[in-house]
Amino acid sequence: MTAASKIDVTLATICAPSEDVVAREIEGDIVIVPLVAGIGDADDELFTLNDTGKAIWKQLDGERTLGDVAKVLAQEFEAPLAELQADVLGFAGEMTTRRILAARG
Amino acid sequence: MSEFVRQVKQPVKPLASRLGRLDIELTERCDNDCVHCCINLPAGDAAARAREMPTAKVKEILRQAADLGCMQVRFTGGEPLLRPDFEELYLFARRLGLKVLIFTNARHVTPALVDLLARIPPLVTIEVTVYGMHAESYEAVTRAPGSFAQFRRGVDLLLERRIPFVVKSALLPQNRAELGEFETWAATIPWMTKAPGHSMFFDLRNRRDDPEKNRLVESLRLTPEEGVAVLTRDADRYRKGMKEFGSKFMRPPGDVLFGCGAGAGLSVDAYGRAQPCMGVRAPGLTVDLAEKTLSDALDHFSTLREMRATNPEYLRRCARCFLKGLCEQCPAKSWAEHGTYDTPVEYLCDVAHAQARWLGWLKDGEKGWEVAEWRQRVEAT
Repeated sequence: MTAASKIDVTLATICAPSEDVVAREIEGDIVIVPLVAGIGDADDELFTLNDTGKAIWKQLDGERTLGDVAKVLAQEFEAPLAELQADVLGFAGEMTTRRILAARG
Repeated sequence: MSEFVRQVKQPVKPLASRLGRLDIELTERCDNDCVHCCINLPAGDAAARAREMPTAKVKEILRQAADLGCMQVRFTGGEPLLRPDFEELYLFARRLGLKVLIFTNARHVTPALVDLLARIPPLVTIEVTVYGMHAESYEAVTRAPGSFAQFRRGVDLLLERRIPFVVKSALLPQNRAELGEFETWAATIPWMTKAPGHSMFFDLRNRRDDPEKNRLVESLRLTPEEGVAVLTRDADRYRKGMKEFGSKFMRPPGDVLFGCGAGAGLSVDAYGRAQPCMGVRAPGLTVDLAEKTLSDALDHFSTLREMRATNPEYLRRCARCFLKGLCEQCPAKSWAEHGTYDTPVEYLCDVAHAQARWLGWLKDGEKGWEVAEWRQRVEAT
């Protein structure tokens, strides 16, 4: 990982796509294109999300807390809340560390 | 990385984007006046500049490309850095989430530009064309006094700021003696993962059907045997590469004209005309983006694969020739030299045959369309 340090996120954290990346939705796929240097391990790398990542990403609107996002997804997918909380925190932690997401709170 | 996100060079599955790649010639003007080049109107050509797409039009085309799922745009020319709005267009493309491939002679690489490229990387390695290793040879090609010093300054700026770039050459009589020196220098560039490419089989007539220019280009062309000598300097490596390449790509093409990737991407010239590739400049394969969109252009080119050769000479020779994988003959080359899609370009035919003879695929005097047992010969390489 490039110039990154672990950022702690909690269920009270609010996340939104960072201004350091451009997220594109192409035929149902989400492709995250770094805008500034140092996002990927190499300067020519993009990021793609799996289905869970896509579902989380779409909920990160800069208004909901991560806890709220987990609740929405737990209802939508009829999955245990604790499982979704772990997924959302894992995803947000990694993406904020990489500066793909901006976090507050 | 976690299971949620993957770091990739390209999107994992080929995205169902309608437009795979976009090339834009930002200008036909260049500050070099290279002896072999066909896209080098003078840098100060006011009439050409006035006809070039304005900034807003280029942005509109970039936005259309992004909407069609395009992931990469190439900015080329002429010399694209001559455009005063280059940085604005570059930033606009990057903010749309496009990777940007820049083709340049590096003469106009400035501290401000490398600052921008360091902060907001193009995500694709820049390609710099080199015309000589010394001012005398370089400027004998570019016919632009002072151009060598500017090129070196540009390259030094890229190196200092660690902006990834690779180099390639135009191999000409003026610089041929420096080939080894060029390749030795190229190997010191951190991003050169393989030996540099060389342009050496130049087109006649392409964009400038001027008898004097054609005679000049003919005089600059390597003979087919000289070309083979360059290609086979590392004979073992060349033979090994061609064995693998040959088993995959050698076969008679039949009458299909566009067996290449043309039509998956689009090229837009400096004046806003879209074509399936930069070389095919036929009016029937040109869409004016002043009136139409990139999507219209893709629709217009969707029948490209159905186009068939009709020239009897092409059908007698090229369509039946197993050297297609070696030969640069294509509708673009035919269009450049003959103004048709399917007239054999004799020089390219001679070059392919010379390579095939060196590889032992052809005996002296044999033609690629006469050999029935070509598969066995390729496999025996």
